[in-house]
Amino acid sequence: MSNLGTDRNTTRTLVIFTSLGLGIIALIIASACIGSVNLPISTVLGSIFGSETVNPVHQQIVLDFRLPRILTALLAGAALATAGLMMQTVFRNPLADPFVLGVNSGASLGVALVLLALAPAGISLIDGLNGSGQLIVVLASTGGAAATLFVVLTLSRKVDIMSVLIIGLMISYTVGALVSILMFFSMAERLQTFVNWAFGDYGNVSWSHMQIFAPAILLGLITSMLFVKPLDALLLGEHYAESVGTRAKQVRFFALLSASLLAGTVTGFCGPIGFLGIAAPHLSRHLFQTSQHRILIPASIAIGALLSLASDFVARGPGLDFVLPLNAITALVGAPVIIAALVKQRNLKRLF
Amino acid sequence: MAKDPQLSTSQLSIGYPLKRENKTIASDLKLALQAGEFVCLLGPNGSGKSTLIRTLSGMQAPLAGEIDLKGHPLAEIAPRERAKAISVVLTETIPTGTMDAYSMVSLGRHPYSGWFGGLSPHDKQRIEWALNAVDAKAFAARQVAELSDGERQKISIARALAQEATVMLLDEPTAFLDLPRRVELMSLLRKLAHKETIALLLSTHDLDLALRFADRLWIMTEGGELIQGYPEALALDGRLAKAFANKNIQWDEALGSFRAHTEPCLYVYMPSQCTRSTWTRRALERLGYGITDSESKATFSIQISGNTESPQWNVTHKDHTKTFSSITDLIDWIQTTYTNP
Repeated sequence: MSNLGTDRNTTRTLVIFTSLGLGIIALIIASACIGSVNLPISTVLGSIFGSETVNPVHQQIVLDFRLPRILTALLAGAALATAGLMMQTVFRNPLADPFVLGVNSGASLGVALVLLALAPAGISLIDGLNGSGQLIVVLASTGGAAATLFVVLTLSRKVDIMSVLIIGLMISYTVGALVSILMFFSMAERLQTFVNWAFGDYGNVSWSHMQIFAPAILLGLITSMLFVKPLDALLLGEHYAESVGTRAKQVRFFALLSASLLAGTVTGFCGPIGFLGIAAPHLSRHLFQTSQHRILIPASIAIGALLSLASDFVARGPGLDFVLPLNAITALVGAPVIIAALVKQRNLKRLF
Repeated sequence: MAKDPQLSTSQLSIGYPLKRENKTIASDLKLALQAGEFVCLLGPNGSGKSTLIRTLSGMQAPLAGEIDLKGHPLAEIAPRERAKAISVVLTETIPTGTMDAYSMVSLGRHPYSGWFGGLSPHDKQRIEWALNAVDAKAFAARQVAELSDGERQKISIARALAQEATVMLLDEPTAFLDLPRRVELMSLLRKLAHKETIALLLSTHDLDLALRFADRLWIMTEGGELIQGYPEALALDGRLAKAFANKNIQWDEALGSFRAHTEPCLYVYMPSQCTRSTWTRRALERLGYGITDSESKATFSIQISGNTESPQWNVTHKDHTKTFSSITDLIDWIQTTYTNP
């Protein structure tokens, strides 16, 4: 009782972090080795370190397809989980996710405009998600996300935090409706391209895209780490946070901004990936039994990366020659996790 | 009265800025909160107690006037410095989640801790002190969500104490507590204010406890006036009665409390003065009888005799006298004899 069991908690925290780390390493190895072609670990390592004996085709599979995909999955999972955690804290709402401000519906609208409206009108030359068209999709979706975010954040300065949540939701619905209308007037094959984008995919980030993707995500993650203390204070509500010296409105604004940067970047490059952003923070709280963000942010990063990589591994269907929609797999993994945690805690108050 | 108040105001107007015109709740307030002073803020619902507390804590801007924190205008003090000087306990419920009581109290160290909120030995010492001060050490490791209302309120107060501020503002901290817990909390806060020389302002609806514990009272009236003074002075000069004036309740100066205002239909003469007479009197008043000093005006009279082991109530009604050995029998008799005329 003397130190309130802090030693036991520290040990527990270290054990969980170590387990998560080992799990991630195991999944990285599995993802690198197993796929459409199964490669032994020696080939994978040989490709990375430039061994002469490795088949150049295998080397290309490892270096140009599997490694960027793994890195994308790790970064995207970490980004969505961290963004979700910040949104849940800022809105003091356990149902908040990285997309509550309408970032992904904004991105969908951007992509839908490019794929469904401009392309058929002959303005864009792209026919799918391959090649140079991919970059236009990235720009369209990031632009759409940024525009929506700008609208919500501008409105958010005038109202209280609960209203921001509802405004975000309403803008999502509105933008979703516009996308539906665009879809209604679109040709079947265009629609298929759009649906494929909406399924989510980690395979579209090439090394050249990575030069933008990785720094943007890392910037968002580092920014979020700077907010551990004010985020802790915000858990008490805006007034209490201010009473302990937190500039609540500023913190709120920058937390929303960095969460949206993270979510927007992931959506731009990988499509709207649902559920990771809501499941990972809940799982972090459940596993670490704490509300301190200096533990929860690294925990969410690790759990998000792990869930993301696992979902991608399952989605690529090892041993099969098709790829399942990533979004379906994240929901299939994410939803039971939340249900299990809720049933075990019996009451949301203890979980959040 | 000490010369340098911790927190003072001049010509302060509080309220809400609305689009057309400001909604002023109270204006021209001249207040001063001294170090080591336990002040209770009273007033009917909607009289602006919470608004005043929020304004004094700097969460809400005043409509006009100045708030002065130890010689500096409150509005010009940076949030972190302000947090070192003023701590608050608010009415809003705290979303607790997976937060244990110790972590919650440690949030009070935010104005002092570094960028990542790590706790220094002094921080830890101060948290321990705060937990001990409110006698909350036993449940510090538990989750806040699992605590009782009283325990959670203690943790809230410990969090404010950990902030090491010289001014502490509490908005109805006793609202959800039962009577023994309320008395405990009031005497604890009073003790803390005196011992740690904290300028402590507490708003409450509990007039009785405020009268017993407060060093001074601030009473906000519905008309936006703020009456200040020692509790006894306000009670004696009738300002207290006036502040809460209402056609349904009446200030009983002798008892020092309000009671329902009913015109008695019958009067009882009861000359005895002891514990039993106090409770007999309360029973009579509850039943709608008045107590009178003149035997002639009374319908019947009660003499209390005997001792604690064998008490006696002798009721003289016209010519005959009845004797009761318990207050239950007396009340039963009065009810059957008089209540249904």
